[in-house]
Amino acid sequence: MHLTYREWWAVVHGMGLGALFLLAFAGGFAEFWSLRSGELSEKGIMTRTRRLEVGTWIMAAAAWLTVVTGTWVVYPWYRDPAPDSPRSLLLADPNTADWHEFGMEWKEHIAWIAPLLATAVAFAVTYYGTSLIKHQGVRRALMMFFTASFLIAGVAGALGAFITKAAPVH
Amino acid sequence: MENGMMKTSEGSVAERPFGPVAAVFLAAGIGALVLGILTTLAEASESFKSWLEWSTSVGSLSGKTIIAVIAFVVAWAVLGVGLRGKSPKPTSIFILTAILVAVGLVLTFPTFFQAFAPAE
Repeated sequence: MHLTYREWWAVVHGMGLGALFLLAFAGGFAEFWSLRSGELSEKGIMTRTRRLEVGTWIMAAAAWLTVVTGTWVVYPWYRDPAPDSPRSLLLADPNTADWHEFGMEWKEHIAWIAPLLATAVAFAVTYYGTSLIKHQGVRRALMMFFTASFLIAGVAGALGAFITKAAPVH
Repeated sequence: MENGMMKTSEGSVAERPFGPVAAVFLAAGIGALVLGILTTLAEASESFKSWLEWSTSVGSLSGKTIIAVIAFVVAWAVLGVGLRGKSPKPTSIFILTAILVAVGLVLTFPTFFQAFAPAE
């Protein structure tokens, strides 16, 4: 079993950072969900808020690192003008051209919206700290934007996985 | 300042203003909108697309994403100053952000922006 230098970067971009993003979302969502008044002690609120801060910032950092490595490290290999680059191979076959013309065109753009939303959520969680539990309307809105960030990244990640299956970076 | 509250000069405790949170959310929406506008404009104009190619290996995506991130950071800073100490209605800010992001998503959807490509 051997991975090339480029394949290692594709693994870091798609699986390493992607898995970190997924874990941070799952943890952050659980903490958001449980942060309801009347159900937690003061110590419980402090502990959960701290975990929520860490989780949301990890998700934001993972989102930024994913789009930066994807755009500036992996994407140039994908779009290389050489006839054996993934982009060239996909476009050469009418049956796979849509993976580039729709899949990659969508993925490469919307992925950048995920870190913007994740950063806004992380900032808001840190800003309110333990008083977030007193702002249930804000908490619910933050959950929605947190989930939207995850879904947007999910679309990009799923398309990336399919495109890599159709024409991997070697 | 502790636990999201701040002490006033009289020593009582007041809620933190929503302004800084409004600033970052609106900035995120503006960043998404700018990305969408640049994506559609680049499809409509070859010369604009070429101008956005700040990196030869990355292509026009380099200019689009750098400008969008700059728009996010600058909007966050400007709105952060403008909304400091203010408390706009959270519902209005979140709805406005959702609208900005939704428009950004539409403008970055290939079926939409490719409709603006010049006829070959």
